[in-house]
Amino acid sequence: MEFFTDLILLLDSTLRTATPLVLAGLAGLIAERSGIVDIGLEGKMLAAAFAAAAAAAVTGSPWAGLGAGIGASVALALLHGWVSIAQRGNQIVSGMAINIAVAGLAPTLANFWFRKGGQTPLLDDEARFSAITLPFADALADVPLLGGLYSELLSGHNLITYLTAAIVPLVAWMLYKTRFGLRLRAVGENPEAVDTAGISVTLLRYQAMIITGVLCGFAGTVLSTGLGGGFIRDMSAGKGYLALAAMIFGRWKPVPTLLACLLFGFVDALQGRLQGVDLPLIGEIPVQFTIMLPYVLTVVILAGFAGRMQAPKASGIPYEKDH
Amino acid sequence: MASQRKLPFWADAILLPGLNLLAAFLVSGLVIWGLGEDPFEALSLMIDGAFGFEEGVGYSLYYATNFVFTGLAVSVAYHAGLFNIGGEGQAMLGGLGLTLAVFLIGDASPVFAVLLAIVGAATFGAAWAFVPAYLQAKRGSHVVITTIMFNFIASALLAYLLVGPLQRPGGQMPESADFPDGASLMHLQDLFEVIGFSYESGPLNLSALIALLCAFAVWFMLWRSRFGYELRVVGQNHDAARFAGISVTRMTVIAMMISGALAGMMGLNELLGEQHRLLGNFTLGYGFVGIAVAFMGRNHPVGIVLAAMLFGALYQGGAELAFEMPNIQRDYIVLIQGLVILFAGAMEHLFRDPVEALFRRVGQRRAA
Repeated sequence: MEFFTDLILLLDSTLRTATPLVLAGLAGLIAERSGIVDIGLEGKMLAAAFAAAAAAAVTGSPWAGLGAGIGASVALALLHGWVSIAQRGNQIVSGMAINIAVAGLAPTLANFWFRKGGQTPLLDDEARFSAITLPFADALADVPLLGGLYSELLSGHNLITYLTAAIVPLVAWMLYKTRFGLRLRAVGENPEAVDTAGISVTLLRYQAMIITGVLCGFAGTVLSTGLGGGFIRDMSAGKGYLALAAMIFGRWKPVPTLLACLLFGFVDALQGRLQGVDLPLIGEIPVQFTIMLPYVLTVVILAGFAGRMQAPKASGIPYEKDH
Repeated sequence: MASQRKLPFWADAILLPGLNLLAAFLVSGLVIWGLGEDPFEALSLMIDGAFGFEEGVGYSLYYATNFVFTGLAVSVAYHAGLFNIGGEGQAMLGGLGLTLAVFLIGDASPVFAVLLAIVGAATFGAAWAFVPAYLQAKRGSHVVITTIMFNFIASALLAYLLVGPLQRPGGQMPESADFPDGASLMHLQDLFEVIGFSYESGPLNLSALIALLCAFAVWFMLWRSRFGYELRVVGQNHDAARFAGISVTRMTVIAMMISGALAGMMGLNELLGEQHRLLGNFTLGYGFVGIAVAFMGRNHPVGIVLAAMLFGALYQGGAELAFEMPNIQRDYIVLIQGLVILFAGAMEHLFRDPVEALFRRVGQRRAA
């Protein structure tokens, strides 16, 4: 029984830690499906995390935070889009530049506005997306097995986590069942064909970047106002890159990407639970090694299982019309 | 559509980087203005901090030494068509290799220990770059993601070693014991004194000369050797390289290892030159500065040395600025870095296209 409780707690924190990864993974997926490689997920998440925490701290409303987070993230996504589309710039370099610039700008602004050494103030519960107790969760908690599953695992997450559960099928539907999705997939594989059909490659790619920005905005907002209670320097901690790896592992498809993100979330939750635990045979693993787990897993996945994956054919290549 | 006609050398090497830099500084200045400070006063404070006194110049060049190593590292990989953003982790491992070498034989022979430390730094840095390189070459694992992951792994590894096996006996901080006496690189101000000339150059040390030697070696390798030619062919066009009988796999791995070795040698300056012990976070993001330096310097060793000096001055001047203006902290320099990478690395066409058009028009008028 204790094992069962442990497992539920582990899965519970898996859902929590996977939320920003899933959102960022889908963001990267939309960008790459449209033909733009976006290594700047990390920077957009960090910017959104800061903007959301700052706005929530000032207004006391998590919704203002969400708005500010999405706004900041979309602005950066459009910058990356402009560099990639209009400037025909190197997309990897542009993404990296955005990541570095945000890592510098966010703590600078945090210090300027709040004077807390590059952080934002701790948010009150009302200013956060705090845990939501699903109906009857307390009443059902004592029911064996299912009660625990419902009240511990499914209940008690923040609103954005529940939204994410809805966003995944929404993105899949958009990508595979709508005209826009068809065009989006086409423009990442064969922009010439899309252009010949009289559809604007440029417009489609900007639209994709806006969606990417919105999703990253959610991902960053949940970091600082859902999972955490404020912005901390470098709080994205490589999650943008993990999400990219998960997206590659998920073969640029929404549901496999979701599963890959859940795997990453599970490993992250596991490393949290392993800290200070005395394992049979191995003994206690030093905390520095458990922290490495998600990063090592990324490398192993990219090396072993992902193999040579087929990215969308036109991703990373600026589109130029022949004259 | 794009003109085949090349720009004159001076426009390509000076005018365009200058315009990119100007744009980055303009945005940076706007940010300072937004923070309620006077950009021009900030600029003069920075210049004063970086060049205004002997030790300031020494510190500027000391930081620049780090950036020459990491900038060269980025550019060697870039010429082979690879974006190595793992300079940070490679520098950490280089520092570890250096430290192990010093403790291994430092007591017996300090001079030999310094030589072994240089080899250790380069070897460990190269080894840390080997795995991502091999995975990129053999398995197609994206080198940008794997090198970033290796940065995180290196940082955790160093943190473990410095609170565990390598920690100073009885110490509380994440740092190693001091290096044995004599196992260090000489400060240049001491060297100046020997030749009867006094200049207080602070922590500037012999690593600066080693960095310049590396810059020359990289130039020679890339543009004067058959190997460097092959490396650049791989960077330009994999198919052409294969057709010419060059092994893309082999070249990818070797280029990344050279890159890692150069990044690893950053520890010579920080650890062997100044700190004389291994510190957990001694790289302080300098690996990422290398990206900005490489693009600013147009991936040419001469440009990289100049860009490194510029960034060295920015870091030293920025430290003074953070001291004088409470609204501006050292994070601000990271923002400038990002903007330089954006303008010089990703938005090349912003100024190149209009400048090329201008030159074409002037050229036609002359011809007519």
